[in-house]
Amino acid sequence: MGRALSIDSLMPYFGVVLLIIAGSFLFPQVLSADYLTQQLQIAAFLGLLATGATVVILLGHIDLSVPWVLTGAAILSTALVGSGNPVLSALAVPAALAFGALIGVINGIGVAILRIPSMVWTLAVNSMLLGLAVLNTGGFNPRGESSALMITMASGDLLGLPVSFLIWIAVSAALAYFLTRTPFGRYLRAIGFNEKATFLSGVSTPSVVFAAFAIAGMCSALGGVLLAGYANQAYQSMGDPFLLPTIAAVVIGGTSILGGRGGLFGTIGGALFITLLTSILSVMQIDDAWRNIIFGVIILAMLLFQTLRKGAAP
Amino acid sequence: MLDYLRSNRREVIAGVVLIALLASYLGTHPRGASTYVLTIWANQCLILGLAACAQFFAVVVRGIDLSVGAVMALTNCVASYVLDGSGIGMAFGMLAVVGAGALCGLLNGLIIVYGRIQPIVVTLATASVFVGAALLLRPTPGGAVNYDLADAITLDVLGIPTALIITGVAVLGFWLPFRRTGLGLGLYALGSSEQAAFQSGINTRLVRLAAFTLAGLFGGLAGLFYSFVTTTGDAGIASGFTLNSIAAVVLGGVLLRGGVGSLIGALAGAFILKTIASLMFFSGIPSLAQPLFEGMILATAIAIGGADMLRARNKLEVFS
Amino acid sequence: MADSPSPLLEMQDISMHFGATKALDGVDFTCNAGEVHAVLGENGAGKSTLMKLIAGVLQPTYGQLRVEGRDVFLGSPKAALDHGLVCMFQELSLVPDLTVRENLLLGAPGAGLGWLRGQGLDKARAVLTRIGGTDIRLGARVEDLTLPQRQQVEIAKAIMKKPRLLILDEATSALSASVVESVFDLVREERDSGTAVLFISHRFHEIEALADRVSVFRNGQRVATFMKGDHDYGAIINMMVGQKIEELFPEKQPGAHQSDIVLDVRNFSWEDQVKDVSLTVRRGQIVGLGGLDGQGQGTFLMGLVGLLRKTQGTTAIAGEPSEITSPKSAKHRDIGLAYIPEDRKTEGLILDQSIQENLELAALGRADLDAGDPTLYAGSLEQLALKHGGLELPVSSLSGGNQQKVVLAKWLALGPRCLLLADPTRGIDVKTKTQIYTILRQLADQGTAILLLSTDYEELIQLCDETHIFFEGRIAASLSGDDLTPQNIIAATLNVSAIPQAAHA
Repeated sequence: MGRALSIDSLMPYFGVVLLIIAGSFLFPQVLSADYLTQQLQIAAFLGLLATGATVVILLGHIDLSVPWVLTGAAILSTALVGSGNPVLSALAVPAALAFGALIGVINGIGVAILRIPSMVWTLAVNSMLLGLAVLNTGGFNPRGESSALMITMASGDLLGLPVSFLIWIAVSAALAYFLTRTPFGRYLRAIGFNEKATFLSGVSTPSVVFAAFAIAGMCSALGGVLLAGYANQAYQSMGDPFLLPTIAAVVIGGTSILGGRGGLFGTIGGALFITLLTSILSVMQIDDAWRNIIFGVIILAMLLFQTLRKGAAP
Repeated sequence: MLDYLRSNRREVIAGVVLIALLASYLGTHPRGASTYVLTIWANQCLILGLAACAQFFAVVVRGIDLSVGAVMALTNCVASYVLDGSGIGMAFGMLAVVGAGALCGLLNGLIIVYGRIQPIVVTLATASVFVGAALLLRPTPGGAVNYDLADAITLDVLGIPTALIITGVAVLGFWLPFRRTGLGLGLYALGSSEQAAFQSGINTRLVRLAAFTLAGLFGGLAGLFYSFVTTTGDAGIASGFTLNSIAAVVLGGVLLRGGVGSLIGALAGAFILKTIASLMFFSGIPSLAQPLFEGMILATAIAIGGADMLRARNKLEVFS
Repeated sequence: MADSPSPLLEMQDISMHFGATKALDGVDFTCNAGEVHAVLGENGAGKSTLMKLIAGVLQPTYGQLRVEGRDVFLGSPKAALDHGLVCMFQELSLVPDLTVRENLLLGAPGAGLGWLRGQGLDKARAVLTRIGGTDIRLGARVEDLTLPQRQQVEIAKAIMKKPRLLILDEATSALSASVVESVFDLVREERDSGTAVLFISHRFHEIEALADRVSVFRNGQRVATFMKGDHDYGAIINMMVGQKIEELFPEKQPGAHQSDIVLDVRNFSWEDQVKDVSLTVRRGQIVGLGGLDGQGQGTFLMGLVGLLRKTQGTTAIAGEPSEITSPKSAKHRDIGLAYIPEDRKTEGLILDQSIQENLELAALGRADLDAGDPTLYAGSLEQLALKHGGLELPVSSLSGGNQQKVVLAKWLALGPRCLLLADPTRGIDVKTKTQIYTILRQLADQGTAILLLSTDYEELIQLCDETHIFFEGRIAASLSGDDLTPQNIIAATLNVSAIPQAAHA
């Protein structure tokens, strides 16, 4: 797949290398294995969310319900573990994933059947989930704790690499296989370009939309489980700071926000880049204001570079 | 007239819903339809209303502005520095606040038009920059706005809430004439069919630039009015307003695909959203359940719009 | 020539390159005031590109444009309009969500981005009235207008701009004959008052009626310019195609009317648009569906592949009653229907994807086929002589005719039992048409049943074994054999009783 390795998708990797080199001049510890593996661990949280978002964006849609699917999954899983019942505790992760898939299907129904613009419908779903969470927890941080499994998933190591990173890469690899080697992936991109023509080619387009949103929901839920494992708790609004970086990671990775074009390889780079950028800015103890500004400017610069390059070589 | 109703049925529906909601709000409010109640209500509505206007200008040209809240935060922080002092100073201060908003919008427009990047992505990034700038100005909430000026703008004139008067001026003094200008027409043309607009001799770049500048300008107005209501500067207000402004324009009958809707609809949508929230407050629904109800009402309202699709008897009709 | 006054528009050594494609290659072209100049050529000959250059939509790679002898640069449609060059585009330049009045005002002369006063609306109204558009209300949204009404508005919009050069690019394709006549009267009047008119049409009789001069384009070059009447129809066709077309249509095979029935539709009705339609298509038969636009024939085809909800009537495939609820179920092996929709750009193809990906899209969902197998497509691609620079290129890089070949090949890969086509040759050059006719006849001879909707009488007569003419949702006449004559078809499309002398063969 020549397209999967387009220059657009390689750009964030160049960015990562540049960041590491530049960061190491200021802070030599950036080059340490500890620091880098920690970045991989943290990047996995954003990366899983961005993986799901990539699938939906390839479809030509967007999922704004990420924050509260994530939070809901975290609340659900920690509550099940917190119940003390070993059966419920074992079900925590599968239940969270099922929850994500369910919300994904609800998103898909609004988008594919009711034909509501995804930006609006997923936003409404997000606010309903927020309402449910508030009702359920009384507006306080929910009680509960993470299971040993969840903590291992978020913070464990395997062969010197963080488990969360391995999970992320495994999920990405599995989905990449689906996107490039199965009809589902072909349909997904085809719908992203032209849904009508795809439907007329004898494709059940609503099922593809359902599946894509369900995958995205499960990715968001998995991200929530990992974050809960990382913090050993769930808390209100834990997902809110992730929404915009998620979309940024996808588009920096070369996936077109209009659908059809792009892939998961770039998204992995995008998530790594954004995580590293955030981390280096905070290591440099730059205050919040400048961090926001630099973050926005760098994202814009990368996007401008993408389009300028295309403008130069049509 | 019939043509008018048909082509503006979304605004008409939104207006009717708003009146019904307002009536039940005033009916259930313990203090009834007093100027005080109306003023509080109108102020809350107008803040979101102006944010929705900002969003409208981006959406009508088939764009979206995710920086509406950020522009509000930035202009709110600017306002907390320049709205205290002499009368003339404050007049220039107000101009500076709105000008800062317009500048933000112009920047968005320039990047979108000349950088050829999708509005959703551009404004996502610039929102971060604007919030950063706001944080530079006000790392923590603070500053002050002249109380007399704030009172003058957020209370009432002869029993009519000033916020409603401002709304009226925005519609009658700005929107209705604006709709009859080449630029007003050009916005719709661009959002409805860019190719047709271009071939008709419209300068599409200029019109798109103007649309995003107007979005920024109204974001600035929203930030300014917010400053009068809160009389302080806070860089942390961005997130809620952006998403609510999108919800408001959709409720007001503005189609995200561009070219359809009006400023009146956007205002009505915002007023509806805020009225629902206020209504809930006095309705006896447990406060913990209110966010859920709000979300469900929003979702239902949107889904009703989509229910048309279930009736489409030609399956190709739904792809457009 | 040096002494004559400068022509209104002069194009000198114009080239237009899109990547490696040369849409125009060193073209000289002039257009004089007070003259209707027809431009002819196959699709892809460069006509549309020429018009877009004049209208300022595109800018030439090389070459110079002059208006009345002065060099001009047309950087945008606005610039062209300022020089009085007004184009009525094939793809309508109306904004669907705005009203007729607003569309007329959009970009009207003197209307910038400021206050609009509505000057010129009277003239537009007068034009509309003259060309049969009295029922078009200025307050109606363009989206709610029919296609002919939109074309009428488009014409009024163009005339309102007081053009010095008026381009009509397939401007009257959807209008009825009487309206076309009144439009032509209007154009002649404009010409007589000194306007230059550039006229593009695929209908020879229209060129016959209107043109003073004719230029023929082929492969991005102007091959000839002559006064109308200097060459006959056949000679002009030869200039367009570059070779002699002896036989446009392949020969019909006798005996198909006795073979097995593949598609058997009984009492098909939907809403008030299709009423009680029954027909059969047999192995080896090409059955035509004709009629004026929007008489239900297109809707009927959509209904057959499951695009309509709540249809009435029964459909049987090869004797088996079949419930077809979606294109997906229609393409299933047990049904074997393939539907080639009318609009190849938005319905038939995914323009941003490669030729290869488009070819595979229909076969992907069939468990019994390997969509990646190139032999599925090789046969039909070769037969249709698809011109391409590599199957990995985007399908949008192909010309219209070649795009339609890709749509055909994509569906033929499934080996359909019954092929449904919605006007597959609309807007396609003569050579591609013959290739499509040949492959359709060949498929029929190999046993495929073909249902062909067409707006071209010649196809209904020369290609089809039997033709059903729709009128207001019903089959007004079913013609075959010796009954299949232009007179009978025209009579049936207008639902006047057929000429009585036609006896059954």
